[in-house]
Amino acid sequence: MNRTAFVSVFAALLIGGPALAQQKPSPATVEAYVKSTFGKASPEWQARIAPDDSLTVCNVTRNNASSAESDAIIKRELARVAYPADGKLLGDWKKGYAVANNGRGGQFSDPPGTVAGGNCFACHQLDPKEVSYGTLGPSLAAYGRDRKYDADAMKDAYTKIYNSMAVVPCSNMPRFGSNKVLDEQQIKDVMAYLFDPESPVNK
Amino acid sequence: MKLPTIGAAVLAAAMTLAAGHLTAQSQPQQTPAQDDSEKEIERYRQMLSDPFSNPGFLAVDRGEALWAEKRGTKNVSLEGCDLGEGPGKLEGAFAKLPRWFADADRVMDTEQRLLWCMDKLQGFDTKDVVARRFSGPGRASDMEDLTAFIANKSSGMKIEPQLKHAKELEMAAIGEELFYRRGGVMDFSCATCHAEEGKRIRLQGLPNLSVQGATAQATMASWPTYRVSQSALRTMQHRLWDCYRQQRWPVPEYGSDSLTALTVFLQKQAAGGEIAVPSIKR
Repeated sequence: MNRTAFVSVFAALLIGGPALAQQKPSPATVEAYVKSTFGKASPEWQARIAPDDSLTVCNVTRNNASSAESDAIIKRELARVAYPADGKLLGDWKKGYAVANNGRGGQFSDPPGTVAGGNCFACHQLDPKEVSYGTLGPSLAAYGRDRKYDADAMKDAYTKIYNSMAVVPCSNMPRFGSNKVLDEQQIKDVMAYLFDPESPVNK
Repeated sequence: MKLPTIGAAVLAAAMTLAAGHLTAQSQPQQTPAQDDSEKEIERYRQMLSDPFSNPGFLAVDRGEALWAEKRGTKNVSLEGCDLGEGPGKLEGAFAKLPRWFADADRVMDTEQRLLWCMDKLQGFDTKDVVARRFSGPGRASDMEDLTAFIANKSSGMKIEPQLKHAKELEMAAIGEELFYRRGGVMDFSCATCHAEEGKRIRLQGLPNLSVQGATAQATMASWPTYRVSQSALRTMQHRLWDCYRQQRWPVPEYGSDSLTALTVFLQKQAAGGEIAVPSIKR
């Protein structure tokens, strides 16, 4: 969404809710602050913090989108999911572990050409033997085994990793595929880490 | 408080060893070791909180000297700088920052006010001190040292967010908006990590800053802090810079208004917290 559209969404909100308008600063004021702090970044970097249509709704509602907004987000984000042309959803679980364990990439401190990881362990338990895992997301230990390595569950998981909001509107999880954090092969490898019976996740 | 350099170095080395011990302990263990890991982390934290082993006080001493040093085209010290409580009055000033200053007609945090005083009071070119805004190996930071000195003069006092002037209220409201604003390739906001109780990234506990109370108080009342992992004293300017780095946002401009707005919002969440700085953290 471009800035004009972004502002007009807010303007519509303000007209609709004068009580809200008194408490909340105007969108123009918020944008001026953002500009004062991030305005010197390159256009490419600034584009990264310009909220798209779905994120705009998440920001305005603080991740509590209405039922209608949620439907619109799922429809929009699902259209942005690209499934593998070869139909294969699972790659190499060992490579998938490396992706899940890598927290680099996308930070302004990263050298050019840094390969981004998924950093899954930051938020999820995966291999139950790994002590150092975060709790912002649910435990994914025994993920494939618990789902009996079901084909539909695999497709759902691929969708969730590729674009979390195609499954859960305003999910806290990154949209790894749609935002080009991970490429298709990396996502397949992470999928194998979740679904390969030989993966430590399922041991 | 004065601290001999050698003593601080020895103690810092001891803490590094303690950290190594912790890592070695937690590696091979499994799920039941969770409690043990957390106990070890807590023990490590208690060791770190001993003020006599805190090299952050060296920054306080350097800041004290810088405060009194005559510099700039006007060849005066910062002792005439008004941090909100009157020219040169340091006691309790940090507890009420950021706040609105009539002479600048702006809400400023400690660093912004220092830069303003350097420019207006001393006629001091701030280009070099801004370039050294964050210290590194062999590179001291006047801004970190001065902020540590000023903040230490509010130790033992309570955080008193200033929310009277219209621009202070605007800052608090904008800070709240920014706290929840998602962006970057990972779609992260401050709230992604800091809006729920008892969450962790890996083993690192995350304070819930979305609500007022003890957690926000303990967080905000312990900055500036000496970061053992960085061997440096760090202020909230650096903490927010590092948060935005991890959020995959662009580099935030040092001493800019969004950072001050976030700080005002966080001080509001932390109102009444008893300041104990510089603290010492991982």
